Amino acid sequence: MSTAARALPPIPEIEACIHCGLCLNQCPTYRVTHLEAESPRGRIYLVKAAAEGRVDLPSIEDHLYLCLMCRACETACPSGVQFGRIAEAAREVLGPPGPPMQRRITRFVLRSVMPFPRRLRIVTTLIRTYQRSVIAAFFTRLLPAGLRQKAALLPPASPKPWAPAAEVLPAIGARRARVAFLSGCAMSLFFAEINEATVRVLRRNGCEVVVPRSQACCGALNTHNGEAASARAMARRNIEAFPDDVDAIIVNAAGCGAAMKEYGHLLKDDPAFRERAERFAAKVRDASEFLWAHGLHTPHHAIAMNITYQDPCHLAHGQRVRGEPRALLHAIPGVALKEMAGSDRCCGSAGIYNVLQPEMSETLLREKMETIRATGAEVVVAPNPGCMLQLRYGARRFGVPVRVMHLMDMIDDAEAEA
Amino acid sequence: MDRADLIRRLQAVVGEAYVLHQPDDLAVYEQDALMVARHAPDVVVLPDTTQQVSDVVRVARAAGLPVVARGAGTGLAGGAIPERGGIVIALTRMTRILEVDAQSLIAVVEPGLVNADLTAALTAQGLFYAPDPGSQVASTIGGNVATNAGGPHCLAYGVTGNHILGMEVVLPDGTIAWTGGRVWDSSGYDLTGLLVGSEGTLGIVTKVIVRLMKRREAVRTLLAVYDTMDAACEATSAVIAAGIVPEAMEILDGIVMRAVNKTLHAGFPEDAEAALLIEVEGLSESVPVLVERIEAICRKQEARRIQTATSTEERLALWKGRKQAYGAMGRVARRTMMLDVCAPRSHLPEVMRKVMAAGRRWNIGVSNFFHAGDGNMHPTPFFDFDEHSPEYARVVGLCEDIMRACIELGGTITGEHGIGLEKREYLGWMFTDDDIAAMKRVKTAFDPEGILNPGKIFPTGQPVHGAPRETAAEAVQN
Repeated sequence: MSTAARALPPIPEIEACIHCGLCLNQCPTYRVTHLEAESPRGRIYLVKAAAEGRVDLPSIEDHLYLCLMCRACETACPSGVQFGRIAEAAREVLGPPGPPMQRRITRFVLRSVMPFPRRLRIVTTLIRTYQRSVIAAFFTRLLPAGLRQKAALLPPASPKPWAPAAEVLPAIGARRARVAFLSGCAMSLFFAEINEATVRVLRRNGCEVVVPRSQACCGALNTHNGEAASARAMARRNIEAFPDDVDAIIVNAAGCGAAMKEYGHLLKDDPAFRERAERFAAKVRDASEFLWAHGLHTPHHAIAMNITYQDPCHLAHGQRVRGEPRALLHAIPGVALKEMAGSDRCCGSAGIYNVLQPEMSETLLREKMETIRATGAEVVVAPNPGCMLQLRYGARRFGVPVRVMHLMDMIDDAEAEA
Repeated sequence: MDRADLIRRLQAVVGEAYVLHQPDDLAVYEQDALMVARHAPDVVVLPDTTQQVSDVVRVARAAGLPVVARGAGTGLAGGAIPERGGIVIALTRMTRILEVDAQSLIAVVEPGLVNADLTAALTAQGLFYAPDPGSQVASTIGGNVATNAGGPHCLAYGVTGNHILGMEVVLPDGTIAWTGGRVWDSSGYDLTGLLVGSEGTLGIVTKVIVRLMKRREAVRTLLAVYDTMDAACEATSAVIAAGIVPEAMEILDGIVMRAVNKTLHAGFPEDAEAALLIEVEGLSESVPVLVERIEAICRKQEARRIQTATSTEERLALWKGRKQAYGAMGRVARRTMMLDVCAPRSHLPEVMRKVMAAGRRWNIGVSNFFHAGDGNMHPTPFFDFDEHSPEYARVVGLCEDIMRACIELGGTITGEHGIGLEKREYLGWMFTDDDIAAMKRVKTAFDPEGILNPGKIFPTGQPVHGAPRETAAEAVQN
């Protein structure tokens, strides 16, 4: 595909960057490569240079796609540069990354599978069947090392995709709030039991939970990988699918929550949806954010355990939610929270990044697993499906004796244990 | 030596991955944190060892190309901009802490080590590296040495030069030499002192022996809030005049505090015109006494209120806010031009009045956040036009007025950022022709062919902002 003919749109967010460089050492890819072009400031400079026609647009693709989109630079930036928006706008013009064949496959998956829940379920069924079959073990051994690594990233799919008993699940006890819940694609296909746990926790704490049947994937992967057009369609579908009369839209996947809080920006040029998108985005809450503000009403049983907490990038940097998950963990009697060094540094999962950039991903994961090991924790809590898959793989790959759990899992256990 | 040959030879030294020569890779090395000038290098090399630095310098010399050393590129005077092309040696891969001697209180580090990473590595031992420039979370020890960087706590601890005992340096002919040593006094010429602040024009530092300090027993941080900049300056002078030297005394104006507040909960007031951030360290017994005296002086100078940080978090939040001040100016305007001038502390209120008057005269907004205690000011004009527009002349006029005012009162035109490209044409305002000739003799003794960071420090007769610039693409095509 020729991107040379395509031009970058004006990206006003670029103007806020005054080149101070305070982002550099907070960027995971800069810390590994020490190259300016793999730093946030460098990438912004390249987008600007490409927009001015001083460098060729295709030549900046590798730099933009080595970026994890972890947005640690946004936390570091004193000037409030919204790097994520700059990179997404540039990626939309560039299209999905990689050589032509990979680009075609990625585009096909993003355009023709992700937006359609039924097709996604079919793909997962195929994965599950493959994983259960005897030949899987045999074939896996025949795969080249790179592919074997990618196959190892896939967790066992849940026995069945998550399907709640009803579209509206009543509060247990007095009703204090009415909320909607995003099932999420990765969450419902790979972590159905965590969705169950999340809904149980919400209901026990007085929430009536609506799980709209016609909802779609949030579109985060599409936005991040140069397919913003299909992401917009998915956002519109979700805006139609979710009811207006809820107090909050609850998300238990940090990546999805961050993307849905950006719906207003994503649809800013769509006059029919702009305002609805902004209203929708304003209601989106991470499960931890909501529960902490709403107050826990169910007593906790003690769980004597050393745990450490991995800040999902799109929770800490994308949504600026850091205190609430920790506060919820501290509220569980017996839990000893041991902070790891650099808990808000990316583990290398980053959506489909670990598949597209295995080398960088593995480097970051190795460092992450060693810092987790150093805490001596038995459990690492990471409330995002991508991080959980990556950390589970990392624990096996680097032999770290640690269990990976979702925050909602922990709370559900504490509330349920007799 | 043609370009292909040059690249091959450099690749033989550092490996293919660490010789950058494509237009996109070079473009990002056109600038540092000085936004009003740019020029692409011909090649960027990222060595990993002293020997590699030496070999790269030899190749550059054989090719007759200039060499510009670069750290994190956070310099505000354009010291790392390769104005005449050539080879940029980025030292960002050389980040090792080679030795920490907690008993002798020294460490040996590589130049690419990030300033804040050094202190982070020492925290468990109760030690720290004192110079703390605003850029310390990103800037490198090598870059700090090149500019003789300061920072808020330099009021008590001194600038970078006071914390460097010795260094290994690659000279322009590729020779590897050591200066100074592991103790405070070294024999012979103080070459360490000469190299600190030489902005990469005399040699390329490849190892640094730094002094470490022990954390004090007690620390207190307070923020005195004022209705006018004048009052905050008067209070600073009054504290110093009373014979008290706190560890840090910083002034922030209302513009920058409000900008910082948009990103951080630093604890700065929203409605004040200025605030004085003061830190005192010492023994548990002495600190409260000092704090009381300082508070009394600040009140007498009409502080509207005085906040004291009650927890480590609050204290660190105030400092984080201070360190992010420059970056936060991006919220105020598209362009800034941060000055770095000094005046004797007794003249602080007078200089600041002149700065404000100059801003009004040229009709350009100026924000101020600076090291009040040691009289090192950073008036920062902010504006929304670029450096090529005719209006930019007003910014230049404003900056020149401020520099002139400082010199008239016995100050200088640079405190800690260096001369670089930005202020080279003004060196003559401070020094006579004979003074400058003496400096040039040093330069010639080290670098007779002038290959190290040419065009920096000394006047060239060509103003930075008016210099014709070729585009990145033209530059890399040679």
